[in-house]
Amino acid sequence: MDAMAAIKQTFFQECEEQLAELEAGLLAIDNDAADPDTVNAVFRAVHSIKGGAGAFSLEALVAFAHVFETALDQLRTGTLSPTPEVLKVLLRAADLLADLVAAARDGGAVDAGRSDQLIAELDGLGGGAAAAAAPAAGGGGDMAGLVFQPVRVALDFGSDFGGEPEADAGPAERVFTIRFQPRPELYAKGNETALVLRELERLGRLAVACDLSGLPPLDELDPEGAYLAWTLELTTDKDEAAVREVFEFVEWDCDLAIEADGASAGAADIEALLAAVRAAADDPLLPELELPEPPLGERQAAAAAETAAAAPQSEAVAQPAKAAGRGDGGAPQTIRADLERVDRLIDLVGELVINQAMLSQRVLEAGHAPGSAVVIGLDELEQLTREIQDCVMAIRAQAVKSVFQRMPRLVREVAGLTGKQVRLITEGEGTEVDKTVIDRLTDPLTHMIRNAIDHGLEAPEARAAAGKPAEGLVRLSAMHRSGRIVIEVADDGAGINRAKVKALAASKGLIAADAALTDEEVDNLIFLPGFSTATEVSNISGRGVGMDVVKRSIQALGGRLSIASRPGKGSTFTLSLPLTLAVLDGMVVTVAGQTLVVPLTAIIETLQPKVADVHGLGGGARVIAVRDAFTPLVDIGRELGFRAAATDPLAAVAILVETEGGRRSALLVDTIQGQRQVVIKSLESNYGAVAGIAAATILGDGRVALILDVDAVIARAQADVATLDLVAAAG
Amino acid sequence: MSTTVLTVDDSRTMRDMLRLALAEAGYRVVQAEDGVHGLEVLAAETPRVIVTDINMPRLDGFGFIEQVRADQAYRGLPILVLTTESDAAKKERARRAGATGWIVKPFDPAKLIEAIRRVAA
Amino acid sequence: MTETARHDPLSRELIAFCIGAQEFCVDIMSVREIRGWTPATVLPKAPPFVRGVINLRGAVLPIVDLAARLGFAPPEPTVRHVIMVVQVDDRVVGLLVDAVSDILSVTDDAIQPTPDVASELARAFVRGVLAIEGRMISLIALDSVLPAFEPIAA
Repeated sequence: MDAMAAIKQTFFQECEEQLAELEAGLLAIDNDAADPDTVNAVFRAVHSIKGGAGAFSLEALVAFAHVFETALDQLRTGTLSPTPEVLKVLLRAADLLADLVAAARDGGAVDAGRSDQLIAELDGLGGGAAAAAAPAAGGGGDMAGLVFQPVRVALDFGSDFGGEPEADAGPAERVFTIRFQPRPELYAKGNETALVLRELERLGRLAVACDLSGLPPLDELDPEGAYLAWTLELTTDKDEAAVREVFEFVEWDCDLAIEADGASAGAADIEALLAAVRAAADDPLLPELELPEPPLGERQAAAAAETAAAAPQSEAVAQPAKAAGRGDGGAPQTIRADLERVDRLIDLVGELVINQAMLSQRVLEAGHAPGSAVVIGLDELEQLTREIQDCVMAIRAQAVKSVFQRMPRLVREVAGLTGKQVRLITEGEGTEVDKTVIDRLTDPLTHMIRNAIDHGLEAPEARAAAGKPAEGLVRLSAMHRSGRIVIEVADDGAGINRAKVKALAASKGLIAADAALTDEEVDNLIFLPGFSTATEVSNISGRGVGMDVVKRSIQALGGRLSIASRPGKGSTFTLSLPLTLAVLDGMVVTVAGQTLVVPLTAIIETLQPKVADVHGLGGGARVIAVRDAFTPLVDIGRELGFRAAATDPLAAVAILVETEGGRRSALLVDTIQGQRQVVIKSLESNYGAVAGIAAATILGDGRVALILDVDAVIARAQADVATLDLVAAAG
Repeated sequence: MSTTVLTVDDSRTMRDMLRLALAEAGYRVVQAEDGVHGLEVLAAETPRVIVTDINMPRLDGFGFIEQVRADQAYRGLPILVLTTESDAAKKERARRAGATGWIVKPFDPAKLIEAIRRVAA
Repeated sequence: MTETARHDPLSRELIAFCIGAQEFCVDIMSVREIRGWTPATVLPKAPPFVRGVINLRGAVLPIVDLAARLGFAPPEPTVRHVIMVVQVDDRVVGLLVDAVSDILSVTDDAIQPTPDVASELARAFVRGVLAIEGRMISLIALDSVLPAFEPIAA
């Protein structure tokens, strides 16, 4: 793509960052958690967006950003106080700005009424000052004199004067007499007369005379002083404004007088003038003093350019180094990296792990003794590989902050739509998780928060009646726990209405009408497919997405979702996910000649079934007694279709696993080969989903092994048993 | 041997645009993200001209120019200020801080080059 | 293998292979590589024409038994069988065939419609036939040969 298109992409990326800073800053100010620079940062964010938008002529965005910026400027100068009402308007303005950016990027449009209303509100904050200031793009009134377009005026003076006729009938030439005397400040600011004169020369023909009368003797000369004055004659077809523009930068630091003679001087006149000027200025010192200021910079520039040529990459290298070296105190220093490269690196390291495992296996198969130098060397290689893998995975680890950041706006919108008052508290935003998980977190969290506000929290009146503050609380927190990341969405609402849930589930045939269920089991009914307490589909939570879909999407990530609820006090959803979707600790087992991997996180222990422990339950179901609890046996070989006949538990190994809701099952496998860390390979990309299988991996022998989806297999087994039960009952 | 320009702006978009406009005109571009960074790059690179934004974190444009002018080694080093502010007070403040000239944002690449040529060879 | 140089911009290159006594071909642009047979890991409850998956340099590659797919008796694969790794859209799949033969360069008008006597199955997967030097070579429609992408119902 061309350069400008690439920069435009950069602009929109930068807008995302600025918008995030803007919201975070405004929230901090609202919560009195701002530091002195926050207000400036917030202003700069909008200012930046406005600047870039102007460069790409995104008019609607520029117009709104300008009004917003003005209000924020008032905030930072103290003209406007950060009261809660003001912050509310500013936060909504930030939301609109985000929508305008999205519209500019994706080609949509934002409702003009909404824009106009917010502009009016922002104006109202500043007492109308915002509307009075015209957008910069239109050109400020008082500075017009400095940024102007020379207007060509066609004047025909040709017939008024003797001398050579004009070659064309275009704008006639005028002569400007300019007296120019710089003051020392002019040079101190880096301006150079020579350059100004050169600019002037571009406008036409220039005659220069230098007045040296102000020069003191050499020993009294201050090298930083200004002693020279120039008289200039410029013959040009440009107007006075154009001439003045050349002196734009130096105007205040010099004495400047520009006179237009108005008449076109004939060529002969100019010659005479030049002769006179030269005669007056006939001084050997003149040529050297034409350049009053030794352009030290130039010499340095030349030297720098030479070293630059010798190190052509220095600039590119210097930037990341500078960026790295700029870190403040304890803040981690970062560099930008292309995500594709990081992904590729992770893939390669994953293959390195596989390769190293294969190598170890082949070495052992080749008969090397476990204590031999080769095997020891390979063990060290394995340690190293593990470390590399951990480091590489850490590169892609991101704080959940990026997902949590979207929630405040969601809360504002849902609160607005439901007419409830909600405050969102977030904790543990810095908790890190692999990028693969982060990407899949947004949807489930969005649904859970919507659900908490829509169904969990009561309306302000109901809350008041219950003695609670009108504003409901939603707490979103993240933390690491036993090698996983645990995210909680808690609300202080009314909790789950168990009677209603039970009745609804019964009416939908999901449970028997008289089923005896514990409180916890009732709560978990909301995760059943087809369940929804909304009698009519509310336009927020009810877009066909129930908690069952949320739970399944989390389980697809290898995660777990559970709920705890107290009537009148509120509900807490707990979501636990593996830290990465790329690597898994698993137990390698054999079932009917096939090698499978069982995720270690689900495993509690392994058992050797004994005759006394195994019991039949009817309909083909079997259980095993584990310390006085009867645990269902799941025949993996049969469930996956690897064998038709039932596995003999006494000849097999039982793996005790814990699934959702804390229920336990015992998986029957033939043998256990050992524990390994495996790299997860997707089946979905080339093939599709396979029931009961989560993914695949490549073992040390180079062969593909399937990773068991424990929850899915058990669920299917139970369904099968239930079917058998009904069949047996009917038969 | 091309002339080195130091651009100081906290906006990545703006830095990219400046680099594009300047490189196309044959300038060698070095960049900084704010005033503090700008002083570091200035010390390392000895540019011929500086183009700086005003609103930046850590050290803003005014502060940056004042720091540069305070150092005798950089006397006479041209500094151009990028401004969207049509505010006369801001321009005056930049001037008093020691700015050599200014360029209005959104900037026209031709005007940028013209301004640079007006202050540097 | 004979390779015909491409003179005509409208021509395509097809790679021919055989299954049993019959010859087939696919567009060479879809073929990523050709490798020998390695035993595949069985996928539970997969359709009979899906042999399983193998490891292709770290990626999991499903193997489609083309003979079974086309309705012929599935072979007992040996090391002399061949796997053609093909790409259709974003999916990469291996096709199990007996052997690979020539690369043919044909123009689009050389492709004749499938004869009516062909079986239902064949017509579903065959896009047309080519007559080359007395041989009848059927052009396979790759996207129809691959297993459906929906999750397999329990």
